[in-house]
Amino acid sequence: MSKVTNIVVAGLGGQGVLKGTDILADVALRAGYDVKKSEIKGMSQRGGSVTGDVRFGKRVHSPMVPAGEADFLLVLEPTQVEPHRYMLRPGGTLITPEAVQASQLPNKKALNVALLGALSAHLPMPEEQWLDSLRSGFAESFFDGNHQAFLIGRAGQKRVK
Amino acid sequence: MNEPNRLLLSGDEAIALAARHAGVALGTGYPGTPSTEILEHFSELGGHAQWSPNEKVALEVAIGAAFGGARALCTMKHVGLNVASDPLFTAAYTGVSGALVIVSADDPGMASSQNEQDNRRYAVAAGVPMLEPSDSQEAYDFMWAAIELSERWKIPVLYRATTRVCHSYTVVQPREKQAAPKPASFERDIRGRVMIPAYAKPAHRRLRQKLAEMQEWNETCALNHIVEGGQSLGIITSGISFMHVREAAPEARVLKLGFTHPLPMKKIAQFVKGVGRCVVIEEGDPYLVEAIRAASIPVEGKADMYRFGELDVARVRRILNNDLSPEPTKPPGKPPQLCDACQYRIVFEALRKKDCIVAGDIGCYTLGVLQPFEAIDSCVCMGASLGVGLGLRHVLPPDQARRVVSVIGDSTFVHSGISGLVEMVYNPPPNGHVLIILDNATTAMTGHQEHPGTGRTLAHEPTGKVVIEDLARSLGIRRVHVIEPHVGSDEFDRLLTDCLESNELAVIIARRPCILIAKQLKQYEANQCECTADPALAS
Repeated sequence: MSKVTNIVVAGLGGQGVLKGTDILADVALRAGYDVKKSEIKGMSQRGGSVTGDVRFGKRVHSPMVPAGEADFLLVLEPTQVEPHRYMLRPGGTLITPEAVQASQLPNKKALNVALLGALSAHLPMPEEQWLDSLRSGFAESFFDGNHQAFLIGRAGQKRVK
Repeated sequence: MNEPNRLLLSGDEAIALAARHAGVALGTGYPGTPSTEILEHFSELGGHAQWSPNEKVALEVAIGAAFGGARALCTMKHVGLNVASDPLFTAAYTGVSGALVIVSADDPGMASSQNEQDNRRYAVAAGVPMLEPSDSQEAYDFMWAAIELSERWKIPVLYRATTRVCHSYTVVQPREKQAAPKPASFERDIRGRVMIPAYAKPAHRRLRQKLAEMQEWNETCALNHIVEGGQSLGIITSGISFMHVREAAPEARVLKLGFTHPLPMKKIAQFVKGVGRCVVIEEGDPYLVEAIRAASIPVEGKADMYRFGELDVARVRRILNNDLSPEPTKPPGKPPQLCDACQYRIVFEALRKKDCIVAGDIGCYTLGVLQPFEAIDSCVCMGASLGVGLGLRHVLPPDQARRVVSVIGDSTFVHSGISGLVEMVYNPPPNGHVLIILDNATTAMTGHQEHPGTGRTLAHEPTGKVVIEDLARSLGIRRVHVIEPHVGSDEFDRLLTDCLESNELAVIIARRPCILIAKQLKQYEANQCECTADPALAS
């Protein structure tokens, strides 16, 4: 079976977890992959834990990332690292808020985009596709701030590819 | 943001898109996770969508539309179908002139529900055909199929989805050609539509005849398909479980059922004969496995431990391996909470301080059961706070009965609390009763939908408004109070004490708009002011 890339994004309600998975899934769709995205959002507005799964590859079946099979775990809130660590596969990549210097961000709200920037350094999709998704996924006035946050996150990662 | 003709849609969005493309004339429903986005999206796409006060009314309106020859859609969560079950069972007898598709969005694992009932049982109980999609492409395709089935056999179709289908986003390629259904028009059919016993008896026979024909048709129907694989392991499955199966057992031969009532038993028997071992993989109740075994076809089911919660790839592997060892427990996440500035906090603090016995209801405020309040003593179903509170008042000794309070939200009150309020007036307990209506001017828990008490339609346009305090007073309740609870004020506490000590019937409406939509509400109200220039809407 051809390889499917599994990504889990976790955080608390209001942090933009689901917006982050929207962007991620859109980038993968633009790149021509089969994509599935799954989320549990019933309680998201009440400050509870929120997670979203994104899977992409030649053919994806289940929309849910199996426990212990996430290639990447993106966590927006430090307290949510431990509760979600079991999702990561051995040798998988954990990306936490420490991946970016909060003081450099144009605003606190852009953390989700900055961490997507960090993730992007590990994925095959070209930078331009990410920027296209950021441009169409938010109101136009947010683009400059998001662009900046994305580049800060992306630059902070050692290039692996 | 998507390429043309290759869309990434949630199952709910795909259902709405297909409904729009198929020319559905009216979509009705009541908000409920995970079904809510269907009508919202249908409305955004330009469809005529309406929230009804509850699912029973929603289904009745949709039945009327389908009697008129139109294509109608009715959406609800699984427990909503309990409320709508009365019209469902008899609509199966009457049938429809146009099309009627009833979406039941089930919630195995209870991501946001009070139970995990499996509504496939309703298809059997009511005698209606049922379709179950596995992803957004099927959610789209099956909506078309449901309409076609409904029109062909003139029968309501139960379209059963689950949380992981409704809320997962997968790639959809819509049809190029959209439908232009024939315009609605009334055709009199008294014997077919008026279910007095003399007409209902032949109607029941007609229903069974339709089901027999549909079962035969289903044997070769394209909504079921076989994924070829090895002969040693065969799997029969439906819905989201199919996706988990494909990943957990890529080598297996799979019979994937999309049209799951009435079941194509010949096709199933033939499939089982062609494989060594045959396992039925289904989420929730053993619906398929029981039906297949009742037809004397030997298949394996899942162990009882997998009846609880959702299935996933790991659990499907365990079922196939007959693994009965305890499953790993997930670390607990952070539970949701009432928002910091929520008015309900003040109410629950007061209830707790007075050691009230609280019959609660369904909504955001159910979170009052968690710490730091732990101020709800029961939560059964929509509207139950009234009846349960009254029942407690009738039997408890006076010192306890006087502390019983019913607590319900505004949307839930309109949904099914009104009949409870009538009960309170008709059968008042000896020491009276206190009802608190938490009115935050929205259906907050499901994502801020409108309801008849907000005076705005699904699309947030001004319409007739049910004024809760006027309604309560019109029933003859003398103590009807409207109050805005404030932090640092004991006004609410004092009012609650007065009402509890009065030994009379009392309704306290704690009114303050939900802080999460304060901005939107201002916008809607501004729009409303502009509209009052229209004499038809000014009252």
